[in-house]
Formats: sequence, C-alpha cells, structure tokens
Amino acid sequence: MFETFQYITLQQYWWIIVSLLGAILVFLMFVQGGQTLIYTLGKTEDERTVLVNLLGRKWEFTFTTLVTFGGAFFASFPLFYSTSFGGAYWVWILILIAFVVQAVAYEYRTKPNNLFGKRLYEILLFINGLLGTILIGTAVATFFTGSGFSVNKMNLTLLTGNKMPIISEWTGLAHGLEAAFNLQNLSLGLTVFFLARVLALLYFMNRVNNTKIMERVKKQLLYNAIPFVIFFLTFTIWLLFSKGFAVNPTTKEVFIEPYKYLHNLIAMPAVAILFLIGVLLVLIGIIRPLMCFEKCSTKGIWATGIGTILNVFSLFLLAGFNNTAYYPSTFDLQSSLTIENSSSSFYTLTVMSYVSLLVPFVIAYIWYAWRSIDNKKIDIQEIKTETHVY
Amino acid sequence: MEHIDFSLVDWSRAQFALTALYHWLFVPLTLGLSFIIAFMETQYVRTGNPEWKRITKFWMTLFGVNFAIGVATGIILEFEFGTNWSNYSWFVGDIFGAPLAIEGIMAFFLESTFIAVMFFGWNKVSKKFHLLSTWLVAIGSNLSALWILVANAWMQYPAGMKFNPDTARNEMVNFWDVLFSPVALNKFFHTVTSSYVLSAVFVIGVSAWFLLKNKEQLFAKKSIIVASIFGLVTSFLIIITGDGSAKNMAKYQPMKFAAMENLYTGRQNAPLAVIGLLQKDKTDTILDKQNISLKIEIPSLLSIMAFQDANAYVPGIHDLVNGNAEHNILSYKERSDKGKIAITSLAEYKNAKKTGNDSIANAALTKLNENYPHFGYGYYANRNVNELIPNIPLTFYSFRIMVGLGFHFIALFLVVWILAKKDKLEKKRFILYTALWSIPLAYIASELGWVVTEVGRQPWVIQDILPTIAAVSQIKSTSVQITFWLFFVIFTGLLIAEIKIMLSQIKKGPETELIENEIRIN
Ligand code: HDD
Ligand code: HEM
Ligand code: HEM
Repeated sequence: MFETFQYITLQQYWWIIVSLLGAILVFLMFVQGGQTLIYTLGKTEDERTVLVNLLGRKWEFTFTTLVTFGGAFFASFPLFYSTSFGGAYWVWILILIAFVVQAVAYEYRTKPNNLFGKRLYEILLFINGLLGTILIGTAVATFFTGSGFSVNKMNLTLLTGNKMPIISEWTGLAHGLEAAFNLQNLSLGLTVFFLARVLALLYFMNRVNNTKIMERVKKQLLYNAIPFVIFFLTFTIWLLFSKGFAVNPTTKEVFIEPYKYLHNLIAMPAVAILFLIGVLLVLIGIIRPLMCFEKCSTKGIWATGIGTILNVFSLFLLAGFNNTAYYPSTFDLQSSLTIENSSSSFYTLTVMSYVSLLVPFVIAYIWYAWRSIDNKKIDIQEIKTETHVY
Repeated sequence: MEHIDFSLVDWSRAQFALTALYHWLFVPLTLGLSFIIAFMETQYVRTGNPEWKRITKFWMTLFGVNFAIGVATGIILEFEFGTNWSNYSWFVGDIFGAPLAIEGIMAFFLESTFIAVMFFGWNKVSKKFHLLSTWLVAIGSNLSALWILVANAWMQYPAGMKFNPDTARNEMVNFWDVLFSPVALNKFFHTVTSSYVLSAVFVIGVSAWFLLKNKEQLFAKKSIIVASIFGLVTSFLIIITGDGSAKNMAKYQPMKFAAMENLYTGRQNAPLAVIGLLQKDKTDTILDKQNISLKIEIPSLLSIMAFQDANAYVPGIHDLVNGNAEHNILSYKERSDKGKIAITSLAEYKNAKKTGNDSIANAALTKLNENYPHFGYGYYANRNVNELIPNIPLTFYSFRIMVGLGFHFIALFLVVWILAKKDKLEKKRFILYTALWSIPLAYIASELGWVVTEVGRQPWVIQDILPTIAAVSQIKSTSVQITFWLFFVIFTGLLIAEIKIMLSQIKKGPETELIENEIRIN
C-alpha cells in the first residue's frame, strides 16, 4: 500500500505523525506541571501523597511518549537528529537529565533507606517539572526562530589537512543554551510551563476527591491560567507577524519571507481551523470550571487537553508544511532543514509507515488498561489501602 | 574546521561506555525477573495458593525498584546517538533509527501500560487479566531488547543496506535482512538468555540469604526451585548461542576474534587457550604483540570453534594488518588506500554532479562502489595502522572470565536444584554462601560480555565503514568531559540509592508486607 505513495506524501505523513506525537507529549506534560504544584496544593503529608500518587501512575506515559517521539523523529528525519542534538548539546542534555532524575523519584521517594530522603526526591520532581517544560518549549520555538548551524555533507570526504569529517557545525558558543536567552523562544517555554500547570490542575479536578485540595486547585487555576494566556498570546502574535523561512518549491532555495507563518495559516485553512478550534477548546476547558466549579470541574481536562493537542499539532504543521523550513539556520540559510531534505529514504519511510499501523492498537490497549484501573476518583482513604504506593 | 580532536573522540567513547554499562546493570534483571514473576503468578492463579501470591509480590517489588533506574539510564543512551555521535546519526540513521522507533511503538508502550496494571491492578482487575498483564510486561521488555539488539547487531554486521552517494549516507534496502541477519538473531538470543541466567542467579542468591538467616524457608525453597530450573535451561541456550556468537565473530569481525584469542600469527589447527597470562612482547614495537604464558591449550579447538573444521585457517592479527596473499587477506594499508579512493571518488562524484558532468560522475560512482567495502579504512590513509587494533588484553581476559563464570553458574544451578529437591539445602552453608556471592559474579559476566563485543570492535562504530573518529559530534571536548562527570555522579548516586533500597526491601522480606496489607485493609 505505502509503496505506491509518492516520496513527498510519505514525508508529509511522517511529519504528521511526529507532530502528533509532539502534541500528545505536550498534553501529557501535565505530569510535569503537577510536579511543580505538589507543595502548593498539598499542605499535609497525606494530601501530598494523594497528589504524588495520581501523577506517579501517569509519569511513565509521558516518559515513553518522549522516548518514542525521539525514536520516531530519528527514524523519519535523521538529519534533524544529527544536527539539532549534537549542536544544541547543552539544551538537550539538560532536558535529558531532568528526565533521568524524574524516573527514579516516584519509585524511591517513600521507600525506606532511600539514601537521599523524601525531600530530595520531591525536589527532583520539581526540577523535572520546571526545566523539562521550559526547555522543551524553548527548543521547539527554535523551529520558528532558527539556530546558527551549517550542514555540509561534503565534509565527509575531508581526509587531508587533519580536518574533522563532521557534516553539521554549530556556531552558537553556548551549544543550544543561547536559545533560552531569546525572548521569543522563552515566551513559548513559559507558555508550555504554565499550560502544563493548568492541565495538571484540571487533571486533579477530574481525579481527586478531597475538598481542601479542591479549594486550592480552584485558586491556582486562575493564577496559572492568566500567565499562560499572556505568554501564549505573546508567542502567537509574535509568530504571526514575524518573518519566516520559506522554501522555493522549484529551486529548493530557502529565503526569508515576511509574515511567512501568517501566510501558511491562510494557505492552509484546515490548519487554521484546527488551530482556532484548539484555542477555543483550551479556553473552554479553563473558563467553565472557573464559572461553575462544583458542577463542571471534571471535564475541563478533556477540553483543554484535546485543545492543547490540536494547537501544538497545528503549530508543527505551520513549521513544516507549505514550503517552509522547519529547522531553519540563521547562520547559513541554505543549510536549513525541510521535511524533504532531512528525511529518511523512501524505503525506510515505507517500512516505518507499515509499523505506524500498529498505533491504533497501542492506543486501544492503553485506553482499555487505564479504564480498568482508573474507574473512580481517589481520596486519602483509598491511597492508604493501596498495596503499591509512591 | 577544527583539527581532529582525539580527546573529544575519547571522551565521547568514555561517556557512551559509562552510560551503556550503567544501563546494562539494570536491564538484565528486568528481562529475566519479569518472566520469573510471570511463572510464579501463573502458579498462584493455577493453584490459588496465597503463598505464591506473596512470593510473586515480593519479587515484584524488587522488580519495580530495578525497573525505575533502568528507565532512567536508558533515555540517555537513545539521545546520545544524536548528542555525541551526530555524524553517525546522519551516516546510518536511515537504518539505525527504525529499530529505535519500532522499539518505542511496539515495546515500551506495552511495557509501561501493563506495568501499571501489574502494580496497581491487584484489587481492581480480575485475576486472569492481572496475570495477562504480568506476562505482557515480560514480553514487552524482551521485545524492547529485540529491537535494540537488532540495532547493535547491525553495527557489527551492516546488512540490508546500500550507500547512496546523492544523500551521502547509507540507506536501508531490505528490512528483513536487517532484522533476521544471523548476527542479530544470535545476539538477541545470547543476550536475553544471559539475562535469564543473571536473574536466576539473583533469585537463588537472595533466597539463599533467607535460608542462611533461617527465615522464610518455604518461600526461599519455592523460589530456588523455580529459578534453578529456569537457570539450567537457559544456561544451555547460553552456551549454544555463545558459540554462535563466536562463529559469527570469526566470520564477520576477524580482528575482534583474533584479539579475543590473542592470535598473533594465523594458522590451521589453531589451538584454544583456555586460560593464560598475557605479556607485552618487547621485540615487537609495531603491532602490540602479546605473549601468552602459563597457558592451558586445547589443540585445534579454535579452528573447530570458528569454522567447525580442525584444519580451518584462522587469521591472526599480523595477517589482518599486513595482509596474507595465500589466504586472500588484504593488508590494512591496501584497504586504507582503497578506502581513500572510495572517499575521494565520492567527492569527485559530488563535484561532477554539481557541474553537470555526467560522464565524470559515472566514472567516479563506479570507483566508489568498487571500493565501498573499505570506505572506513580511508580515514586511516595518513595514520598509523596500530589504531585499528583493539585492546587485546581487555578483550582476551573479559571473554575468559565471562565463559568461565558461565560454567560456574551451570554447576551452581545443578547443585542447588538437586539439594533443594532433596530438601537438604538449608544445611549446606557453603553452597548457600556461594549462591549469595554469585550475584555480583553474574553482573560481572554480563558486563564483560559487552566489553568483549564493544571494545573488540574498536575503532569501528559500523564495522569497516565508519570509525569513531568520523562518527562524533563537533562539541568542545571539555563539554563532553563535564557531561561525563555529571552522568557519573548522578548514576552512581542513584545506583547507591537503588542498592540500599533493594537491601532493605529484601531484609523486610515477603511476610511483613502481607501483614502490613492486612492491617491496612482491616
Ligand atoms: C551472564 C552473562 C553471560 C554468560 C554466562 C555468557 N555470556 Fe557471552 N555475552 C553476554 C553474556 C554472557 C552478553 C552480555 O549478553 C553479550 C554481550 C553482547 C552480546 O551479544 O551478548 C555476550 C557476548 C558474547 C560474545 C561476543 C559477541 C559479539 O562480539 O558480538 C561471545 C563470543 C560470547 N558471548 C560467547 C559466550 C560463550 C561461549 C559463553 C559460554 C558459556 C558465554 N558467552 C557466556
Ligand atoms: C544497541 C545497543 C548498543 C549500541 C548501539 C552501542 C553503540 C556503541 C557506540 C556508538 C559506542 C561508542 C563508539 C565506540 O567507541 O565504538 C559504544 C562503545 C561502547 N559500548 Fe556500546 N552500544 C550498545 C550497547 C552496549 C551495551 C548494552 C553495553 C554494555 C553494557 C555497551 C558497552 C560499550 C562499551 C564498553 C563501549 C566502549 C568501547 C571503547 O571505548 O573501547 N554497549 N557502543
Ligand atoms: C545502547 C543502546 C540502548 C538504548 C538507546 C536504550 C534505550 C532505552 C530507553 C530510552 C529506555 C527507557 C524506555 C522507557 O521505558 O520509557 C530503555 C529501557 C530499557 N532498555 Fe534499553 N537501551 C539500550 C540498550 C539496551 C539493551 C542492549 C537492552 C537489552 C538487551 C535494553 C533493554 C531495555 C529494557 C528491557 C528497558 C526497560 C526498562 C528496564 O529494563 O529497566 N536496552 N532503554
């Protein structure tokens, strides 16, 4: 079936899959957001235990999605993997370390004799929530703002003069950290951070049965929704009015085009509609519980969650589709990566497309398994009778 | 452009070795213990005996502690291919990326979904569904091993691919050749069975400790019987697949094989040195020759092991480096000349394409294809061939220790199984102590297996095609040094925490946990 597709169709199909995975990842980062709220929402040991356990049953998902996102990006667009990870070394390493320390924190936090004590593991969870969200947001923002690098495959043939035969070179001295000092990038980083916290609050509303915690959740929802909206608008408006990195469809030359992302939105009305629906859903999910907290608090996570997925998904499509360079180089325009010049071969994309047919089954069993163990809200009593607690 | 920075290459290698070795401290137990737990829970569901449930839950707790840190150390490895081996990621990413992605989609989700049911589902789902989940965790983790090992095997024996000069990278042409290459299949079975053996030793060792402390006799004996049978069966598979690994190595990575056996001069009826001491040969300053003293040799065994034929010729380090016309072996000098032609032809091809000169491009392409099997040697055109010889003592000793320990474990499984059957085990304190102290030995055997594999293939990241010096990312070597130490400190801290938690969970034993739960429920 996939063999009969055109190369460009497969490239687009894989950009869609990578975008979807990225979008789901941002939604699942409610776990990270929640980790920064444990002490704000839980004032007693028992309350914190409830919150930690609720997040602890989901962290693996976020983590696995991150790993799969990385693997899928590697398999479908290896030049991105090669250029970005090696170049923006420090940003990615810090993100990774933030996730390394998370992976043990839940399992080890309350175990006897855990060497560092409960508090340290909670600090690690906080670090993961803070750095993980902000840095991933910042790194994704460079899809629009660009980074300083050059790619020259001829370097592979350098044998004389003792030169290094490495194809991608990075010009930023801070190896990626410079991205975090760009205000536009940072505004996306902070958007993701506050969004993750908002999503966490909505998740708690859906899952926690405890009035004291709920009161604090309600207050925090407003406190986090406001900065989220401000940063989100800042980034979006900035994006729509900024210049972008366009590709000439015939010569494949990359050039700067004013209002490129606005043009993309207009050129792809389907994406524009997805984006608007996304924004609407995100806002509905937040505003409704603020208006009628008692009655409509449980559904917010679905509206805002699905809205988040649609928004991030359409942002990725804006970056990669409609003759746009999704990983632009500000140092050497022609080195910019597009979904065409950075993808795997036709054969590999075909093989991978068959593998992608498994995804619906994966989603189905995840749904089924979670339904079977997550059927009612959680309170302090329930956690106390559990056999496996974090 | 900077000069080749050897300290960058070395630190990048050191960082990869550090993180991989750490990851491998946790993976084998996950792979094997998940199956042992599944057997035990099957016993529980079949017999309804609550003792089996206690046993299952005890080992499950240890599984969880180990699993968390396995996940923590794994994520680094995946991204390191990009962060530290960026040239590699482009040059072979078209083939290498696929198994990593499939691993995520097929295995990691299966594992992480059903592990939640396994831990949190005891009182929420039916017994049967719970048991199924436990089995799915075992299958999921072993599937993840399959894909990552296919990826690793492909680096040792790059099959199913072709170099594409237009994109300047290797591209996959046959997925099944990658998946079912003889090296991949053998590596998968040898590695997973070695993990089962390690897990069996772990379970027996911990149970022996209970017997030594006169605690939990019934629990310990039941566990020992399950584990020793599991260990015995898988031990024989280890020998068969280990022998298969050696045969593959002799065929596809002759230099690794020669280094592992310290075979300096090739010969027919090559003997196998079972043990021996290596000493640097002072008269040889060029090829890092080592003499073996105090050796025990079995005549012709090496030839038989490698090629199932006592008369078979096994090439030595000297032959591989200096060539041997009689046996059709090119010298490294010749290979690096050919490699250089391949690389310069690639440049010619690219330039001709740019200027639109098709006849030059075609001629260059023919030269490139003819010489491509030697491509990686081209990077050594102006260097010392000694750099192409791996560390001999390290591979030689590592191999012998691994194999020796393999036989030790077989003896251990046999003895404890027989004694446990006869119900005499708790009195044999020496055996119990041996079992306990075999736990670290299993880890040593397992790590040394990887040392043989990975150190032995130096300097190749992709055998014959891509050496480490052409695979790294261009970063400051001080940056890699800093991250090396960062990982060292973080992983070591986590490892110590893990061991302490494990020990106190073991001391707590299964009994207390049950009582605790009952109190909670009442
Ligand atoms: C408990 C661990 C353990 C034990 C007892 C053994 N092995 Fe092993 N061996 C491994 C654990 C291991 C491993 C960690 O799984 C390796 C590393 C990479 C691989 O493919 O498997 C390995 C690699 C490895 C290699 C190198 C393969 C390569 O370079 O691709 C050979 C030749 C053998 N083994 C042979 C043996 C033989 C003949 C054994 C006889 C008893 C044996 N091993 C026992
Ligand atoms: C799919 C699995 C694996 C892949 C793809 C892989 C790949 C690599 C790479 C890229 C390097 C650095 C380049 C080099 O020095 O050759 C390396 C080195 C090394 N790896 Fe692996 N590795 C894998 C599994 C493992 C595992 C599980 C271990 C051990 C537990 C291991 C142990 C080592 C060691 C010890 C080195 C250092 C060799 C040296 O510097 O001399 N590898 N491996
Ligand atoms: C050098 C190459 C390797 C890479 C890139 C790698 C990558 C990873 C990653 C990212 C994880 C965490 C996944 C998650 O659950 O979210 C992980 C865990 C795991 N890896 Fe590795 N791994 C490597 C070597 C190996 C090898 C050689 C094996 C098996 C033979 C293996 C088996 C596993 C298993 C079973 C897990 C599940 C967690 C655990 O066992 O503790 N890995 N690996």
